[in-house]
Amino acid sequence: MDILSALFLLFAAVALGAAVMVLVARNPVHSVLFMLLTFVNVAAMFVLLGAEFLAVIQVLVYSGAILVLFLFVVMLLQRSERPLPTVAQPLQLPVALFVGAALAVEITLVVLLAAVDQGRKGRDTVQAIQQAGGNVEALGQQLYTTWLLPFEIASVLLLVATVGALFLAKEEL
Amino acid sequence: MSPPLEWYLIFSALLFSIGVVGVLVRRHVLIIFMSVELMLNACNVALVAFGRHLDSLTGQNFVVFVITVAAAEAAVGLGIILALARHKDTVDVSEMDILKQ
Repeated sequence: MDILSALFLLFAAVALGAAVMVLVARNPVHSVLFMLLTFVNVAAMFVLLGAEFLAVIQVLVYSGAILVLFLFVVMLLQRSERPLPTVAQPLQLPVALFVGAALAVEITLVVLLAAVDQGRKGRDTVQAIQQAGGNVEALGQQLYTTWLLPFEIASVLLLVATVGALFLAKEEL
Repeated sequence: MSPPLEWYLIFSALLFSIGVVGVLVRRHVLIIFMSVELMLNACNVALVAFGRHLDSLTGQNFVVFVITVAAAEAAVGLGIILALARHKDTVDVSEMDILKQ
């Protein structure tokens, strides 16, 4: 087995284990920290896939901004010392596990049996990306030309979300 | 030689399924919210893997937008959770049934 495959298996195992621990952990703070582990491993996987910019964004935005927001909210919510809720209905856990396992098996079967690796190849080969100056340059060129309108809409969406979050966090709603 | 496309897709499927189980099984509203973020991440991995396989940067462009929307969603969603928790003083989703009454 070559080094990249071994690294992939390591990252995948740690990410999946941490994702399971997110659900199993009793303390929400622990859940957020396991989530951080998952996100960092997914970022490492992006590096394996040649998406360096996305790896940096994953660490900055997800691990840096979103998870810190989660941590703040967890600490704000924990002032009332109530016992944390667990599984409600007796059937909930087996049904949820069955649905999750069925979904995983279905997608895995589709991936293994169908011809998912066929399709029309694009023009952004490794050589083309290197000629453009690297992943960040190539991605930026497409983002500001082909995807300019969605990009601007996304920025407006962020503005709206900021105003909405400020409004929702007011004391008197 | 990097790992084949199928490995990434299966990893993505497993991560997504874990997120689904989390939404179904937990009652803490924040854990449910975090499970949704897990599912978004699983989709991101699949998008980047397909883009890599097909020599296209479109998948990576999509992921940029997914992360943007996820950030906006997290900000608004956590605001809603804070407002709800102030209103009902609980983090249990099965007690959040104002719309049913």
